Amino acid sequence: MTAFNAKRVRADIPQLNRRIYDHPITYLDTASTSLQPNAVIDAMSRYYQLRHANVHRAVYQTASEATAAYEGTREHVARFINAPGGAEEIVFTKNATESFNLLAKSWGAANLTSGDVVLVTEMEHHANIVPWFQLREQTGVEVRFIPVTDDYRLDLSQLDDLMKGVKLLSVTGMSNVLGTINPINELAGVAHRHGALIAVDGAQSVAHSPTDVGALDIDFLIFTGHKMLGPTGIGVFWTREDILASMPPFLGGGGMIADVRLDGYIAAEGPTGFEAGTPPIAEAVGLGAAVLYLEGLGLSNVVRHEHALTEDALTRLTLEFDGRVRVIGPPDMTDRGGVISLDVEGVHPHDVAQVLDQFGVCVRPGHHCAKPLMRRFGLAATVRASYGPYSLTKDTDVLLEALSHAVKMFG
Amino acid sequence: MSNLDDLYREIILDHYRSPRNRGELESPPAIRVEGFNPLCGDEIVVYLEVEDNVLKNIKMTGTGCSISQSSASLMSAAVKGKPLAQVRETIATFKELMTVHESTLAHDDEPTKVDLRALGELAALQGVVKFPVRIKCATLSWNTLIQGLDEVA
Repeated sequence: MTAFNAKRVRADIPQLNRRIYDHPITYLDTASTSLQPNAVIDAMSRYYQLRHANVHRAVYQTASEATAAYEGTREHVARFINAPGGAEEIVFTKNATESFNLLAKSWGAANLTSGDVVLVTEMEHHANIVPWFQLREQTGVEVRFIPVTDDYRLDLSQLDDLMKGVKLLSVTGMSNVLGTINPINELAGVAHRHGALIAVDGAQSVAHSPTDVGALDIDFLIFTGHKMLGPTGIGVFWTREDILASMPPFLGGGGMIADVRLDGYIAAEGPTGFEAGTPPIAEAVGLGAAVLYLEGLGLSNVVRHEHALTEDALTRLTLEFDGRVRVIGPPDMTDRGGVISLDVEGVHPHDVAQVLDQFGVCVRPGHHCAKPLMRRFGLAATVRASYGPYSLTKDTDVLLEALSHAVKMFG
Repeated sequence: MSNLDDLYREIILDHYRSPRNRGELESPPAIRVEGFNPLCGDEIVVYLEVEDNVLKNIKMTGTGCSISQSSASLMSAAVKGKPLAQVRETIATFKELMTVHESTLAHDDEPTKVDLRALGELAALQGVVKFPVRIKCATLSWNTLIQGLDEVA
């Protein structure tokens, strides 16, 4: 095991040198978007400075370099999630939301009809809800929800009943609001026993713990570059090669075709068939660098580091605020990640975040694109702090100091 | 902390902690309008009782941040019992106060051109303009009031 040192990670991230007002930046919004190390920024700069060209087209030197870099990231990503079929199973999209739309509008529209059920959960991000409602409008599929318990876990007590008629179970690996980590391997077993497939939203989980799609026994994995130290503008859709081969094209245009004639077109085989138009090449280069960087850190180190930080923060939040600050999520570290949603008694989340901003603290107030979950707990919004490999205990110190200021101010 | 104190002035915190004109009016005869901010989930219901071109009574319910709630409370105190023409003037002046001019952001100390005396306690909300993302919080109740007045006409 390599030695992990969060301070060394911080030294790699230029944005952490910023000062906000008179304070050093305290970045606690990694669940929304992570910060980028120089390795990612430099790889993208070098692409634009030295080898910018379109991919899969020209024969000149820079074009083949660009293509090699773009396709190289497919290899890196396949290795990162241990895709059994390798790079041929990795489709690049714009973000996780587009990946879910690809799943619903291609696989879903081709495989689901009126009366079929898509089972999601009450703790999903809107990206794993709205595309299914849109498919319902189009085909009449039923969208069903696994409820969330008062302990912020999936209520699996009625799962066998809920699975009736289900063709796809689509569930988040880790809640972007609660921090709850779901039992994906167990859910995959249940789904397959009922003849259903399982899709996993890995947006919050892939950069914070090792992911092995084969060991998890899942059928689809969706995630995004900018929450894993990579750039915005690139997302990933993974499925097994046989499923991908059976899926109809999604967006149409250049790049995704094998042939176009006056009477029609033939889609390209493999992932290219789902990547219409000039793809996000620089972003793919950046994503490849992000994967290499995360592999260098070692995800088992990252999970241990974030686990310790989160445990410390949960303890201190409970001790120091005498019930005035409530954690909306599991209170201990059992199956839990580094996302902490807070409800501050008598203070609106936007006011909390505004006060925190004056201390240089970056947190996210709002519904976190999970309105059904907010309603479930009778909240309009929460303040969310989230940790990354570059977070330190001193970030929690500043958070707590700023929080007590907010509590006093509005108390 | 000066920016923060400018945003959360004592008058604002006072109206947040003890909002004026909270409650409902029977509708009809009162006009009932809902305002909603889908981005942050703030919501407000404004009840208006208009007689002889005078805003005889105004009541409000809803939830939101201190800026949206205090702005609603300050608004209700400013317009209650006033002729509609004067209410519309107050609205126009307040909306002008909430308009971000490039100079406001570039030069912190540039005085606003709005007649602050005409606004009375409402002038306490001028610090909001330095936090552009919060302007929508301050204007939610006002836009809802405008909607209600449109129903009178």
